[in-house]
Amino acid sequence: MANPYLRLTVAQIRAQTQYRLSFALDTVAAALITLLDVITVFLLLSVRGELGGFGPREVLLITGIAALAFPLADLAVGNIERLRHYVRTGLFDAVLVRPLSALLQLLAMDFAPRRFGRVVQGLLIYLIALVVAGIDWTPARVLLAVLAPVAGAVFFGSLFVAGATVAFWWIESGELANSFTYGGRDLTSYPITMYGDVFRRVVVFGLGFAFVAYLPALALLGRPDPLGTPAWLHWCSPVIAALAATGAGLLWRTGIRHYRSTGS
Amino acid sequence: MIIETVGLAKEFTVYRRKGRLRRERRVVSAVGGVDLRVERGELLGYIGPNGAGKSTTLKMLTGVLTPSGGSVRVCGLEPVPQRSRLARRIGVVFGQRSQLWWDLPLADSFALLRHVYRVPAAEHAARLAGCRKLLDLDEFLDMPVRQLSLGQRMRGELTAALLHGPEVLFLDEPTIGLDVISKQAVRGFLAELGGRGDTTIVLTTHDLADIEKLCRRLVVIDHGRVVHDGSLAELHASHGSRRSVVVDLDAPWPDGLVPVGATVTAIEAEGRRVTLTLTGATAGEVVAQLAGAVALRDLSVREPDIDEVVARLYSASR
Amino acid sequence: MGTVRVAAALAAAGFRRFSTYRQATVAGATTNIMFGFLRCYVLLSIAGSAGQLAGYDGRQLATFVWVGQGLLAVVNAWGMLDLAERVRSGDVVTDLLRPAGPFTLYLCTDLGRFGYALLTRFLAPIAAGLLFFELYLPVEPLTYPLFAVSVVLATLIAFCGRYLIGLSAFWLLDVRGVTMMWVFLWGGAGGLYFPLPVLPEWAQLVLWIATPFPTMMQAPLDILVERGHTGLVLLAQCVWLAIGLAACARVQRAAWRRLVVQGG
Repeated sequence: MANPYLRLTVAQIRAQTQYRLSFALDTVAAALITLLDVITVFLLLSVRGELGGFGPREVLLITGIAALAFPLADLAVGNIERLRHYVRTGLFDAVLVRPLSALLQLLAMDFAPRRFGRVVQGLLIYLIALVVAGIDWTPARVLLAVLAPVAGAVFFGSLFVAGATVAFWWIESGELANSFTYGGRDLTSYPITMYGDVFRRVVVFGLGFAFVAYLPALALLGRPDPLGTPAWLHWCSPVIAALAATGAGLLWRTGIRHYRSTGS
Repeated sequence: MIIETVGLAKEFTVYRRKGRLRRERRVVSAVGGVDLRVERGELLGYIGPNGAGKSTTLKMLTGVLTPSGGSVRVCGLEPVPQRSRLARRIGVVFGQRSQLWWDLPLADSFALLRHVYRVPAAEHAARLAGCRKLLDLDEFLDMPVRQLSLGQRMRGELTAALLHGPEVLFLDEPTIGLDVISKQAVRGFLAELGGRGDTTIVLTTHDLADIEKLCRRLVVIDHGRVVHDGSLAELHASHGSRRSVVVDLDAPWPDGLVPVGATVTAIEAEGRRVTLTLTGATAGEVVAQLAGAVALRDLSVREPDIDEVVARLYSASR
Repeated sequence: MGTVRVAAALAAAGFRRFSTYRQATVAGATTNIMFGFLRCYVLLSIAGSAGQLAGYDGRQLATFVWVGQGLLAVVNAWGMLDLAERVRSGDVVTDLLRPAGPFTLYLCTDLGRFGYALLTRFLAPIAAGLLFFELYLPVEPLTYPLFAVSVVLATLIAFCGRYLIGLSAFWLLDVRGVTMMWVFLWGGAGGLYFPLPVLPEWAQLVLWIATPFPTMMQAPLDILVERGHTGLVLLAQCVWLAIGLAACARVQRAAWRRLVVQGG
């Protein structure tokens, strides 16, 4: 028998594609919005020919990792944002009385195929970046080139889940998560040398954003960090991603027990 | 014993705004120690006024809410930790919250549920055929759920809850907002299902007609506590339900006339229609007394009304 | 006199409605502040030692970013009206029965929201900006009232856009695609992602003349940092507002006709 989550996903895609014109516009716009971020980076890059001490090829690699990692996370778990809608209306009840994982059900039920276009686009940008960056390829770098966007996606995915889970305590807080998800996407698209010192320490390193694109890009390029971080740290993004995922999972489990099922 | 709770309790922390910024933290007890034992095959009515804790109890029994105290077992499982396993063995209908896929035809929702619950195709088809017949689903099976009337949707919800052959069916206000015909259809179906004896049914309702027609056992909850557990007849007996006599007269009711063993509870139609509630005398005795005092045109005897009983019960438990 | 009182009552109701979403206000302001930091650091880093970017000096850039973040919720181009949802559910029929007329109804309610946003979402990022960065304050006293007028115009133009998107539900049912397109253009062509003068001159000219987007963000911000020709900017805003109002009236007539013909 086919996987029930897959069935739910397919049903959701069918429901969404009922409104064809809107769906097409939606897919195009979703892809364009990602492109806008990349265009912005390059427009700003074009002003001086460098950003934060990094040249176009290096910046493209940093942006490329972020431009693939974020849409991957968004495609897989971005729709968890809708949790607050389920919690507010009590529709989460219906999710809980089915014999499936609540988290996976939500992801399947609100799967947004329009986000697929962004992944393809992000992948193209990343591949171009890998080609033009002039990387001195070694087996370890090949592995990292594959793992870095995946680890970045896991990291962003954890932020999506953790941010959405807040809705169990604080229903109207949905947008708070955007600071870290969409904000994080912007943040990781630039060389972190551009940020102010305190902000960089507290937010960029403290919350782990440096590990998404900047540090792996240094490892791929074999370039020392002008900020002075040790070289081994540049390879650690999978570890940070695993930590983030564990944290988000624990938060989710705690959150579900706080679900109050509003109404009557 | 298919459902067993001991001291089941749920407390909510609520914050009430006091003034501009200060908030007051308060713990509200929604369910305060419910002991409930339900045997396999029972059809149980779980009733109470708004906010009494009915839905909260049901949600704890189905694994939606985590209890804050006491123990609960349904089908031998602990609802919250064993939520998924329990979900396969129970069916749930929340009257105001759809389980169906809004944009898909009803038939597609059913097909999807087969996969969600991993039901063998033959079993699924047999159960669906049964429901289609009993609930008259055929005419709207291919319509998207969002276009169904409330009555049609509820029939769809009932089917959806039964397709995996649950041992217990939980229904939270299944008849709320339905028109008379749909109500009858739903009641008829539940009566039939309950009559077969292999499905335990627990239903909450505000509609006392549901209870009169369906429930052999009645649990009344108020302020989070059980105030009655027994049959409808026992409820009438223990809470002094009274029959009444309504008389139509030729001339207005004379002031001050009170028959022995009865009280005057209503005087209508300019004194020409009077309701007397029996407080000890039989209907015959009262009529005999009246025959001598006033000119009777017509009379009828009314059986006790469950609405009244329950209303009295709620006010007594306050 | 009666109309004014109705409008005031509607606006007050809008104000109250939005003031109940306190968590959402805090969450939204936090997001604005997060993005404020990001964009401000990035732009300042590019301005770097030259001290200027596309004709803005460092303080002007900081003001541009932080006031821009404040304006985001005030102009509220991204917050969609309930109109589309009400069209989808058929509830829109009751809007027709009200004496005020749906355009007035939604506009007055939105002005209430505008007032609430001014007091909260507008001030929070500006306070953060003042705390952490050096902001540019206008030299001419007249700039302040002109900025205020420009913000009101920007809000009204954005309202027309949102109203038109709501009306499009009569034909499209699901307006998500159109909404995404609008969000995309608004962000890229409006001056939110980067100040428009970063673009080549011809591109700026096309955006200002052929699209309403610069009038909703770039316009009030340029007036505030006293850059460009204030009179021309206000004129562009007035022209686009007139176009927007005319379009709303026209499309609304067509929509009602459709409603009457199709019976909802």
